[in-house]
Amino acid sequence: MTLDVPDGGGARYWMTGLNPAAKLLAALILALGLVPAVDAVTGGVVLAAVLLSVPFSGIDRRTLLVLGGPFLLMGLSSGLVNYLYGEHGLEGAVGAAVRLLAIALPGLLAAASSDPTEMSDGLVQKLRVPERPAMGVLAALRLIPLLAHQWRTISLARRARGLEAGRNPFRVVPLFFGRLFALLVRSIRTGTLLATAMDARAFGTGPRSRARTSHWRRADTALLATVVALLVAAYAVSWRLGALVLLFS
Amino acid sequence: MGERLRPGGGPGARVELSGWGWQHSGRDTHALRGVDLTIEPGERVLLLGASGAGKSTLLHSLAGLTGPDSAISGDQEGTLLVDGEPADRRRGLVGLVSQDPETQLVMARAGDDVAFGLENLGVEPGLIWPRVDAALAEVGFPYGRRHSTGALSGGEKQRLVIAGALAVRPRLLLLDEPTANLDPDGAALVRGVLQRLLAETEATLVLVEHRVADVVDLVDRVVVLEPGGGVIADGAPGAVFAEHGPSLAAQGVWIPGQEPEPDVAPGAGGAPLLEAVGVAARTPVELGTRAAAPRTVLSGVDLPVAAGTATALTGPNGAGKSTLLMMLAGLSRPHRGEVLPRGPLAEADRRPLRRWPARRLARHVGTVFQHAEDQFVTPTVRDELLFAPLRAGMERAAADAWVDELLERLRLTRLADVHPYTLSGGEKRRLSVATALSSGPAHAPDVLALDEPTFGQDTRTWTELVELLGALRAEGRAVVMATHDELLLRHLTDTRVRVADGGVDAAVGSWGGAGRDGGSA
Repeated sequence: MTLDVPDGGGARYWMTGLNPAAKLLAALILALGLVPAVDAVTGGVVLAAVLLSVPFSGIDRRTLLVLGGPFLLMGLSSGLVNYLYGEHGLEGAVGAAVRLLAIALPGLLAAASSDPTEMSDGLVQKLRVPERPAMGVLAALRLIPLLAHQWRTISLARRARGLEAGRNPFRVVPLFFGRLFALLVRSIRTGTLLATAMDARAFGTGPRSRARTSHWRRADTALLATVVALLVAAYAVSWRLGALVLLFS
Repeated sequence: MGERLRPGGGPGARVELSGWGWQHSGRDTHALRGVDLTIEPGERVLLLGASGAGKSTLLHSLAGLTGPDSAISGDQEGTLLVDGEPADRRRGLVGLVSQDPETQLVMARAGDDVAFGLENLGVEPGLIWPRVDAALAEVGFPYGRRHSTGALSGGEKQRLVIAGALAVRPRLLLLDEPTANLDPDGAALVRGVLQRLLAETEATLVLVEHRVADVVDLVDRVVVLEPGGGVIADGAPGAVFAEHGPSLAAQGVWIPGQEPEPDVAPGAGGAPLLEAVGVAARTPVELGTRAAAPRTVLSGVDLPVAAGTATALTGPNGAGKSTLLMMLAGLSRPHRGEVLPRGPLAEADRRPLRRWPARRLARHVGTVFQHAEDQFVTPTVRDELLFAPLRAGMERAAADAWVDELLERLRLTRLADVHPYTLSGGEKRRLSVATALSSGPAHAPDVLALDEPTFGQDTRTWTELVELLGALRAEGRAVVMATHDELLLRHLTDTRVRVADGGVDAAVGSWGGAGRDGGSA
């Protein structure tokens, strides 16, 4: 993940302007709120509302496909499995698929529409997440492109030594773990160097001050209220239509 | 806790070591022992010593990173005081700049990264940004605070690291080979910043640098350390080099006017062994949401590589030197065009190199990677060298004899049973070259591709490498290397290929041959 930060890119879309902590909380409320309802309608109402918000998230199509693809696949396969082997037929299968997507999509939007730095600021300052691990994760995110580069180099180096699986499927697994081990050694070294550099800059010597302030605006409170209202509405619609099926009923 | 950061500026810090020693945990011997050294406020000191003399360890200790509850664990003896206080109580108040900018930047945005140290010291938020802006201006950072740190070049990243160190207004500045990982342009950029900075600041400076000639005019005192021991020479640069220059050079230290004079056999010359035809390359697909789309770094590259010659790929970092090298070595696939075998290589397999099975490729084309560890696949040095010959079907006795010869040739005999990862930098480099040589049928592959083979090596390993490559060239093998090393270019290059702006510019020059035209004192 490259953390390219466009100047002033924060306010062009409604969703990128919100506090990442609020977005994460909203996604959490929706996910937990959808756990009890296993029917297609409750999840469907929430999914439809969240899908309507996608154009305002500022996430481009490529990113959405790259990140959303696996979830779509998971939703479809869980639907298929439920259809073939489940006890509730087509309706139960659609319910399972829709529910999974409705739980996953808000979290995905919250993560992809937020700048990692602002996310960490929001988590630390608004949700009281401990600071050291939050900073650690942030620093580690910076190393991901480096890690990808090292993985490619290690793969080339194996070929240079004459190691390649070719068409033999039994060789693929041991070769993969060999490369993984080499990457592990490299990444431990990289991580140690980074940790030393952070320590040299007084990381962990005492309480930190904060150069950036994470702001909680009225729109953030409104987002949480909207999300709760959406859940209530979804359950109400589903109940009125007689479609509501609860997990433990 | 605002008091943790004292008022900045003012005179430099005073450093006092007496009977100081350090032993890394898990090691039998001391990295340093019996160091007695006083550095007066404002002095600029260059630390010298053979590799393994504990130069970096001393810098880390001055930065407060060694000690009872610090990042680097081990046992300390004697005292180390910065301004009369144990160094580990002043962690973060000292500016430390190390080799690799990649592992020193913490944050995604330039301004945030400079602010990181100030935040850690608990500086009042209102005071942080003016200081960040001042530090960015001091290093001549050309972009704004919000600029992505991932999008910077190596030299720009290192300038940002320096800004981060300056932001805490350190009275002691520690530089550990700050230009080692940069290309010549990036290194010049950073040296320019340091020069200007040192003219203005009164901070005390302690510097470690491999290539002494580049920094000798930045310092007014040279201190020489002995591996496992203390200070063996101390004084003005001229005096120290006059008295100890030859003995330091013999230990492998790069001393101005004492550059190594390798005895390089003349190249044999010959017909092309492989040829790049219309080769184009793109950057790999990157992970993540805001990743840049792949872009073309090279296009329309035509380049023959002839037997018995040495070809050097030069140019700025990121221009595609390593990419081109990996394609010439048959390891990665060109986006367009092909790297084709010619002459005797075409008799082994007529297909483009990238389609060759890995085993056949390893027999004919050996590759040495910049990070030697990447290519190690077995648990001991001996197994590492036996690996390719045994897979190629050589009999055990013959393979053992061949490996013994290689071990002898690259001074690795006494390390035969050691794990490759535990070797020193120079030993790893020698082993990685030996593994590339081990796979060839007639005691070396036809083509040897090397990525920055001399990077960070002391003069002894450097000389051995250059002489070995020269010998291979004289036997009629093709040597291709990506390098910034001017001295290597001077002693061992027949064709110099500048890789820049999406293409290559080949010049067959007079750099090659015996290499005796190189200047020295």
